[in-house]
Amino acid sequence: MKGLQVRNLNKSFGGLVVARDITLDLAPGDRKALIGPNGAGKSTFTNLITGILAPTSGEIRLDGRDIGRLSEAQRVKAGIAKTFQITTLFRSLTVRENLRLPLLERRGLTARMIGRADADPALEAEIEALLAQFKLSAFGDAKVDRLAYGQQRLVEMAMTLALRPRILILDEPAAGVPSSESPLISDAIAALPKDLSVLIIEHDMNLVFKVAAKIIVLVAGAILTEGSPQEISADARVRDLYLGAHHD
Amino acid sequence: MMRALFTLGPYAGLIAAAIAAYYLFPSNLGFVTTVVVAMIFVLSLDLVMGVAGISTLGHAALYGTGAYAAAIFATLVSADPLLGLAVGAGAGAAIAFVSGLFLMRAQGLTLLMLSIAVTEVLSSLANKYSGLTGGADGLSFTPGALFGRFEFDFYGQLGYIYAVCVFLVVFGMLRIVVASPFGLTARGIKESPARMRAIGTPVYWRLVSVYTFAGAIAGLAGALGAQSTALVSLNVYDFQRSAEAVIMLIIGGTGRLWGAVIGTIVFMTVHQVAASADPFNWLFVIGALVLAVVYIVPAGLLGLPEMVKKLTGGAR
Repeated sequence: MKGLQVRNLNKSFGGLVVARDITLDLAPGDRKALIGPNGAGKSTFTNLITGILAPTSGEIRLDGRDIGRLSEAQRVKAGIAKTFQITTLFRSLTVRENLRLPLLERRGLTARMIGRADADPALEAEIEALLAQFKLSAFGDAKVDRLAYGQQRLVEMAMTLALRPRILILDEPAAGVPSSESPLISDAIAALPKDLSVLIIEHDMNLVFKVAAKIIVLVAGAILTEGSPQEISADARVRDLYLGAHHD
Repeated sequence: MMRALFTLGPYAGLIAAAIAAYYLFPSNLGFVTTVVVAMIFVLSLDLVMGVAGISTLGHAALYGTGAYAAAIFATLVSADPLLGLAVGAGAGAAIAFVSGLFLMRAQGLTLLMLSIAVTEVLSSLANKYSGLTGGADGLSFTPGALFGRFEFDFYGQLGYIYAVCVFLVVFGMLRIVVASPFGLTARGIKESPARMRAIGTPVYWRLVSVYTFAGAIAGLAGALGAQSTALVSLNVYDFQRSAEAVIMLIIGGTGRLWGAVIGTIVFMTVHQVAASADPFNWLFVIGALVLAVVYIVPAGLLGLPEMVKKLTGGAR
């Protein structure tokens, strides 16, 4: 079976249950969103998928292969990549250097001690292509901490895409991005490769309804419901619990 | 052409400075050699601390092990200096790898404390196995002729030239490594280990690799130091050696290799001059120097031109 399969995933810290029997499928090309109130366990769930946290019980499979025991780095190699809720970049490095690192890692070159890191023309061409794709060509030599926050989010997305993942988890990609820069994010998500499976965790409902074909609602560590944006917005429980009266 | 000049220019400067020192301080070549050895040691620390962001106050563990390994090898197996250097580098790398396996799982204050603990353990071992190490009396040996032909002289002329050559090789090698994918990865780990893991880098093993490589350089410095004085004693594991190396790096500026070179020269020169002028209160001068650098030029002396440029630019 292609894609990501999560079965009966549980995680607890002592008596505190943060993931409760979560079952979820992400097929190639899927665009799903995971929403829920603060503290629902969304980031915990992504940490379980990416290997930052180990589940108490349950199964995580990628293309039918059990990846539950793989380290975070091994899961990246297997094809799962994520962006962080709070932008996590190499702040004193330039945008190009930020992109160069995942590309070197993907090509298995980071242990090489001889030859300059910027000496591979094919790799440099790939950096330029990513810069162009995310409209960052003018900022290649700028240190990332000089960029606007929305652009930093794009750099993070470009770095993740440089790994050529099959499963991409975007943890609140629009968090902290001014509304004026928000279209940068939605356009970038819309332009992602069609065969890439994307799970987006987001509070910005406009963005969620714009990019996701399916929405999963997580409450208190458990899936409350799953459905199309129309079904979710019409669900009275979701409206009460999360969307509130703001969403029409 | 410009790139070649950019690459070779600093080397020409270093060689010119080394030649100048040879003629300017003919009766002090022993001290100048000590400075060169310290530069190699601090370069190793810069790779660990400045480039990869590994906090340590136990770098002397790697230096001391290299020094003892070279001395014991010279006593028991062969007095060939180059073989001794290789043995020192190998011993430094081995102890860095073994200790790195658990040190690299820690960070911050825990790592600092553990790195000191490793040095103390090694110092105790060196003291306990006095039959091999000479214990508190130290281990004296006579380095053999270089290339089987050139004997080390009483005035330290050959020792100095030898140390400078080793330094130039190490410095060139480190510049290559820091500019390589391995070096960029180490910088990435310093910036954000979490992001490095998220791009698939096995951060722990990469840190162990960096520490092991730096261990080889520190061990080589230890071996060179032992050969230049023909003596190794327990003070190679002194906490002061580790702490002073950190201070030298802070004075010069971290993460750019040149900072290690400049910081070591400045620290050791000030140390020498201040200690000669006032043998009891020279530490006051060192303390004042560190305070001045940290508060006025936080990026180290290497950041001075940039700071001056900013200040003069701002004045216009």
